[in-house]
Amino acid sequence: MPPEPFAIRPGDAPPAARPAPRPSAPEGAPDPDRNRATAPAPDPGATEDWRAGGFGIYVHWPFCKSKCPYCDFNSHVSAHVDHDAWRQALIADLEAAARLTPGRRARTMFFGGGTPSLMPPATVAALIDAVERLWGFEPGAEITLEANPTSVEAAAFRGYAAAGVNRVSMGVQALNDADLRALGRTHGAAEAMAAFDVARAVFRRVSFDLIYARQNQTPQAWEAELRRALDLAADHLSLYQLTIEPGTRFAQLHARGRLRGLPADDDAARMYELTQELCEAAGMPAYEISNHARPGDESRHNLIYWRYGDYVGAGPGAHGRLTVEGRRLATENLRAPGAWLEAMRAGRPAASFEEIAPEDQAAEYLLMSLRLAEGTDPARHARLGGRPFDPERVARLVEQGVLTWRAERLAATRKGRALLDAALRELVA
Amino acid sequence: MTELSKIRNFSIVAHIDHGKSTLADRLIQLTGALSEREMKEQVLDSMELERERGITIKANTVRLNYTAQDGETYVLNLIDTPGHVDFAYEVSRSMRAVEGSLLVVDASQGVEAQTLANVYQAIDAGHEIVPVLNKIDLPAAEPERVKEQIEDVIGIDASDAVEISAKTGLGVDKVLEAIVTRLPAPKGDRDAPLKAMLVDSWYDAYLGVVVLVRIVDGVLKKGDRIRMMSTKASYAVDRIGVFSPSMQPVEELGPGEIGFLTASIKQVRDTRVGDTITHEKRPCAEPLPGFKPAQPVVFCGLFPVDSNDFEDLRSAIEKLALNDASFTYEMETSAALGFGFRCGFLGLLHLEVVRERLEREFDIDLITTAPSVIYHVYKTDGTMIELHNPADMPDPVKVARIEEPRIKATILVPDEYLGDVLKLCQDRRGIQLDLTYAGSRAMVVYDLPLNEVVFDFYDRLKSVTKGYASFDYQLIGYREDNLVKMQILVNDEPVDALSTMVHRARAEARGRAMCEKLKELIPQHMFKIPIQAAIGGRIIARETISALRKDVTAKCYGGDVTRKRKLLEKQKAGKKRMRQFGKVDIPQEAFINALKMDD
Repeated sequence: MPPEPFAIRPGDAPPAARPAPRPSAPEGAPDPDRNRATAPAPDPGATEDWRAGGFGIYVHWPFCKSKCPYCDFNSHVSAHVDHDAWRQALIADLEAAARLTPGRRARTMFFGGGTPSLMPPATVAALIDAVERLWGFEPGAEITLEANPTSVEAAAFRGYAAAGVNRVSMGVQALNDADLRALGRTHGAAEAMAAFDVARAVFRRVSFDLIYARQNQTPQAWEAELRRALDLAADHLSLYQLTIEPGTRFAQLHARGRLRGLPADDDAARMYELTQELCEAAGMPAYEISNHARPGDESRHNLIYWRYGDYVGAGPGAHGRLTVEGRRLATENLRAPGAWLEAMRAGRPAASFEEIAPEDQAAEYLLMSLRLAEGTDPARHARLGGRPFDPERVARLVEQGVLTWRAERLAATRKGRALLDAALRELVA
Repeated sequence: MTELSKIRNFSIVAHIDHGKSTLADRLIQLTGALSEREMKEQVLDSMELERERGITIKANTVRLNYTAQDGETYVLNLIDTPGHVDFAYEVSRSMRAVEGSLLVVDASQGVEAQTLANVYQAIDAGHEIVPVLNKIDLPAAEPERVKEQIEDVIGIDASDAVEISAKTGLGVDKVLEAIVTRLPAPKGDRDAPLKAMLVDSWYDAYLGVVVLVRIVDGVLKKGDRIRMMSTKASYAVDRIGVFSPSMQPVEELGPGEIGFLTASIKQVRDTRVGDTITHEKRPCAEPLPGFKPAQPVVFCGLFPVDSNDFEDLRSAIEKLALNDASFTYEMETSAALGFGFRCGFLGLLHLEVVRERLEREFDIDLITTAPSVIYHVYKTDGTMIELHNPADMPDPVKVARIEEPRIKATILVPDEYLGDVLKLCQDRRGIQLDLTYAGSRAMVVYDLPLNEVVFDFYDRLKSVTKGYASFDYQLIGYREDNLVKMQILVNDEPVDALSTMVHRARAEARGRAMCEKLKELIPQHMFKIPIQAAIGGRIIARETISALRKDVTAKCYGGDVTRKRKLLEKQKAGKKRMRQFGKVDIPQEAFINALKMDD
């Protein structure tokens, strides 16, 4: 079925109610207004499928002090930000989403970017208050803010905590100055450690990111760095292999053969294996491809993505997944910050909405959930509209030590997590 | 019907981009065959078509009426043929249908390799040749130097070359005048029995099979019963006409004239280029010399990537064959690839053209197996089999000897590339027959095994000479050599579609090269894959594709889901272009690319 894009403005009624209100059809029943002839009717149980993953709020702050050469996120360097306008626009975006998702509570909220630690604490407070007002938080809700580990930003940590933030995720990236410079970071290692100490003093839950398989990095060097990181770590670590993303400065250099010293595939694979070994030994096993936590301290917000729950995406370029009247929609906001802000201010459509076909929902659930150590529930995959897995292919992948059955769930092994993209191709392509 | 003395038949020989199409347009325009408006609508379209046809090997023709300075009106027939060594025979037939050629050379670029091969064809056909220097208005034009070059390299008098600019129209009238005054009129006897050459034929959706003919003797009229002398088939002529440039019916075609006929001929296969057409009732005594039935020399298997597409492939091949008599096919079964067809082609370009048309026009993804020539395998029981497919090779203990086809290859090359060309020929088991110079160009003649040439020889030749070599060949017969069948095993399973016949002395090198190539072409899997080359049970080369250890997206959060899903969909589509052998996915292009050698 072709996706049916429609746009919505802040202040509009929910899309299903336009153009004229009508009684909602029973869940799963054929909808006379839509051409569903070719799509299998979703299982009635699947229409509220998002509950298996939960509901969270993502807020995108697109501004950075400088652009890092490896980063393909929607981030922009801007000298002047009209904080009043941005606060109002983000609140309006949350209000529009709230009208589509009445009667829910937010399990998590996440400020990402860009560099959200450049946000005034008052803006953060206003947005948290807006979520409380619009949906309300579940008890013990997790509110995370991504922060750059600089002294200036650390000075705002108490303000964020007072606003309601209870977890920070710090972009440390490397533990030595030379590599930080190569990654285009503006902070030094000592400054990062100081900022980390401030964060630990303010928040119980502090995560930090490192990037490995960097230029001229050997497995031995990574091992030493990771050991230091594990000594420092509080409850959570995100450890990413450097990826050359299209459209980045690194990609340009790489295309011209000027990004030298990237580790060979075998070395990169060795670094991944070292990461698994050391983190498991330190009591922080991978619960997702690149994420490690002490049991119970996983990022609950990110788990919503990987467990294929619903999430609001507020701010420029933010994506969301919202189940509205039994239909799962992919939402995507205008990407350019100026265009998004202007649209929000003028009350023009700032987002596209596309209904996700049942088999596509199943594919999304599969590719996200297999990233988790807990794996995929085949029954849920089938309920969403996925074709049953080919038993022969599954058996072959199990025999090759790539996938494994854990209770009733299909999961990637440690070896298989390193090969997940290939395993997915094998499984469904 | 036009008097012989008022007819001129000619072709244009030129390197690509030297202005052949532009000059043809000017000639059409100047003789008023088309109005200004029609020029845009018709000729340009047909030129586009012709570019498409450049690969379907169809001759284009146009008839022009020209009133010369002597006050007489002449009929000028232009036949335009593309030139490629695979279709050398077709080109030579077109050349035999005319008496003269315009040799168009870019006055700033000079003579190019491609021009040479075609101009020698024209000289062989006994043509009078009028050199034309085009782009004379360009600042870089050096007419004197280029004239000298024409005389040195080609060996014809260029002192009265016509200097023109086809783009601006400058001098084009002088070309028309030169055609009339310098090219000979055709000869022929109106009263003799009909003798006409079948120059080309093609399928037209409205008219059926259209046959392009050159009348040598006699007169052809609508309603005549004609006979094809090679096939002995006879037909009643429905229509005759000329191209001016659209099809115009005429009452009759007489000696020296070029035109078309239709005669309820069902298939293009029933018409043979170079055949002689005569009257059923009053046939001519002798056919025209030089007729050769089309002889496929290269064979390969064509298999659908998706075995469910076999019936679609069958119907596509049948349709294509209706319009291409030189292409043969028969069903083939491969242990690895399932059902497909063993097809015969005039050469590698022809193979690629057919394959591309099947994929493009009929939307079928194909696996092309290793091209092969026809080997004569003499068995110990005294019988001989023609081996088209290495997979059919008998048990070696029952084989007494194997003969392979040899060719005489003629290569013209600027002397700075001569060393590379000689090395290439030696590497391909060539025996040098002759080496002479014409100006700064060398002409080398080699006796080469056809199987060393069919695959990538022409590509290699072009690459080592930067495109400055021209190449032509003819089959000269069969000769015994020490040939063996080499098998390729992927993950310990033989892949019959990769079997090839090789010379024993070159088997190790060839096997190593194929294993190395396959190592590049087959993607890494989650397990390691041995690739081996074997003769009989003996492994002569081996490579291993190491197991994939890491293939995972490091970051995947809420904003990445759609993109990741779409990527997975794309990979699904990509996987359809692979074929599974045991546990290994082999991309379809691997079957042919495995043979490309970078020697």
